[in-house]
Amino acid sequence: MPRWGMVIDLDRCIGCGACVVACQAENNVPINTEDVYHQRRAIEWIRLERYWDGEYPDIKARYIPVPCMHCQNAPCEPVCPVYATYHTSEGINMQVYNRCIGTRYCSVNCQWHVRFFNFWEPKWPDSLKNQLNPNVTVRSRGVMEKCTFCIQRIVKAEHQAKLEGRDLRADEFTTACAQACPTDAIVFGDLDNPNSRVAQLVNSAVNERGYRLLEDLGTEPSVYYLKKVDLEAPVEEHSSHQG
Amino acid sequence: MQERHHLGEEAITRELFRPLVSTPAMMWVGFIGLGAVLAIFVFAVSWMVYWGLGVTGLQRPNMWGFMIVNFVFWIGISHAGVMISAILRLTQAEWRRPVTRAAEVMTIFSLMTAMLHPVIHTGRPWRTLYWVFPYDFWRNIWPDIRGPLVWDPSAILTYLTGSTLFLYTTLIPDMALARDRTTGWRHVLYTILALGWRGNERQWKMQTIAGFLLSGLILPVFVSVHSIVSWDFAVSLVPTWHATVFAPYFVIGAIHSGVSAVVTLMALMRWLFRFEHYIRLEHFDAIGRLLIAVGTGWLWFFLLDIFFAIYPQEARELEIMQFRLFQWPFNVFTALIFIFGYFIPVPIWVFQRFRRNVRIMFWTSIAVNVGMWAERYWLIKPGLMRKYEWTFDWNWYRPSIVEISIIMGSFALVGFLLLVFSKIFPPISVWEEKEGVHFAQQLQVGKRRVSAIVREF
Repeated sequence: MPRWGMVIDLDRCIGCGACVVACQAENNVPINTEDVYHQRRAIEWIRLERYWDGEYPDIKARYIPVPCMHCQNAPCEPVCPVYATYHTSEGINMQVYNRCIGTRYCSVNCQWHVRFFNFWEPKWPDSLKNQLNPNVTVRSRGVMEKCTFCIQRIVKAEHQAKLEGRDLRADEFTTACAQACPTDAIVFGDLDNPNSRVAQLVNSAVNERGYRLLEDLGTEPSVYYLKKVDLEAPVEEHSSHQG
Repeated sequence: MQERHHLGEEAITRELFRPLVSTPAMMWVGFIGLGAVLAIFVFAVSWMVYWGLGVTGLQRPNMWGFMIVNFVFWIGISHAGVMISAILRLTQAEWRRPVTRAAEVMTIFSLMTAMLHPVIHTGRPWRTLYWVFPYDFWRNIWPDIRGPLVWDPSAILTYLTGSTLFLYTTLIPDMALARDRTTGWRHVLYTILALGWRGNERQWKMQTIAGFLLSGLILPVFVSVHSIVSWDFAVSLVPTWHATVFAPYFVIGAIHSGVSAVVTLMALMRWLFRFEHYIRLEHFDAIGRLLIAVGTGWLWFFLLDIFFAIYPQEARELEIMQFRLFQWPFNVFTALIFIFGYFIPVPIWVFQRFRRNVRIMFWTSIAVNVGMWAERYWLIKPGLMRKYEWTFDWNWYRPSIVEISIIMGSFALVGFLLLVFSKIFPPISVWEEKEGVHFAQQLQVGKRRVSAIVREF
């Protein structure tokens, strides 16, 4: 049984936002207009947080892509009264749209702000309607949605492996965000497969730079970050996020 | 009970049934005014259900807002009924008699109003209603009983059932009284509701036993309801919500606001129905004394909550504490809570002269509930606005006009239901009032005066 996980190397991240766009296209995330951004109701399953490090003129922009952490001990799961959010056997924190009644408690209890609520009926311009991914549900108004680690790709790969009567190979497929990343900063794979790049990154010496967001809450996130290596900056300024 | 006016039984009946047969002008004003606000409320709710929650001021991370604050507030108000009628009945406090009925009715109506909030606040209310009431076990889709949102409706529905039964038990003798004095549809209604009450000894005995049993049984529910509502917040990971002191703190806060709301109601009933002979100054005096104790208890827990947030020296808790104590606009809320919730009313209640002044009691009780509403907002919102270190996502919450209409409407709804109730049922328990008269009667036996009735328990 695989245990899906992700490594995001902040030293490689250039903050281009390709992961956000790729995710948007792959997962039928509604188009976030300027208006929706101003309402602070934009839906971005993976979002790019930008922080300023230092004081002007000695200032640096820092980026950190934040998808769902897929916590192994997720705070969002037990608070759902209707089991719309649950944990799969493969370690994915899953959302069942049809069950969701929209109490938004999961979002309240998610400390990474990665659960999104459909405040409005999602709309696409006519020109984009044929672009929708047929393998992904289009969510209606009033339900929560979130990163699924591209579950449709996982299911497809597992199905293919089963048809061919073999086990899933390491790094056979990847998520849309990882696929789109030009600098290869995002790596997705099976944490339990020692041959996968994710497991190697997590287990290897590189993980001296490794940490997880809000790790001290004890929720066991499945997304690992590798710290920025900043030769000019003092050691403690690597990330404003470590906690 | 020295201030009782000596009225005959028939006079008591006639006066207490007066709101049923005659409508004072102010009652019409109330019906029309509250009805208008209620129409806005219905429109706002329909608008929100039709267009979706986009019409509210909610966003990320402020996924819960005014409606949840108001939900907690109305659950708090609903604690008045049991506090006044069950606890005071068990402790045999005589001064409870004229207010029990009103307090219980307020409990029921405020609970119903409170329950409305989480339902309309969900993304798909039709789903919530379809799935949750009743839950469709036949499809083997079980609720997640780990979740506070499952405990919550269970506790509230238990409380609602218990208090409705309790109210009904105390209503039966009055229904028989009304049955014997009415004609037409009212006669039919009261006949059904009186359940064949004849007022014989066995019936009285059973009614008394049922009343005492229900008030005893409802006590644990009374404590659990607001504890469980507090766990909606306390079991989450949001800084400043995640506090073990929340359960007793919410319960004492609920009693504080609930009993104050009873004072408001007493003053309004006295003024509207001219019940000066029944809701007397001594009652305001007694409830004022109770409120001093409750208010001080609440202040103690309020300070404890702040202390428990500061004591572990946890950076995130401290950050939000600093934010909500000293930064605009929460510093204003802090001041509102302290001043309106405690430092204006309680020192006033210390003086008997003020406790016996209906106007002062009315305004201080309003002040308490302004403070308590602010307290609920103050408890719930800051933690969500500044959730953890994600400064990129921090955001203010601005309620929209729809949410404000719903808040106003919830007050109108409770008021309107109370008015409707007092047109159909006597707002003061007639038999309890008469029982009080008998208890107060004394007989001259030789050189001594003794009570006419000796209590059995």
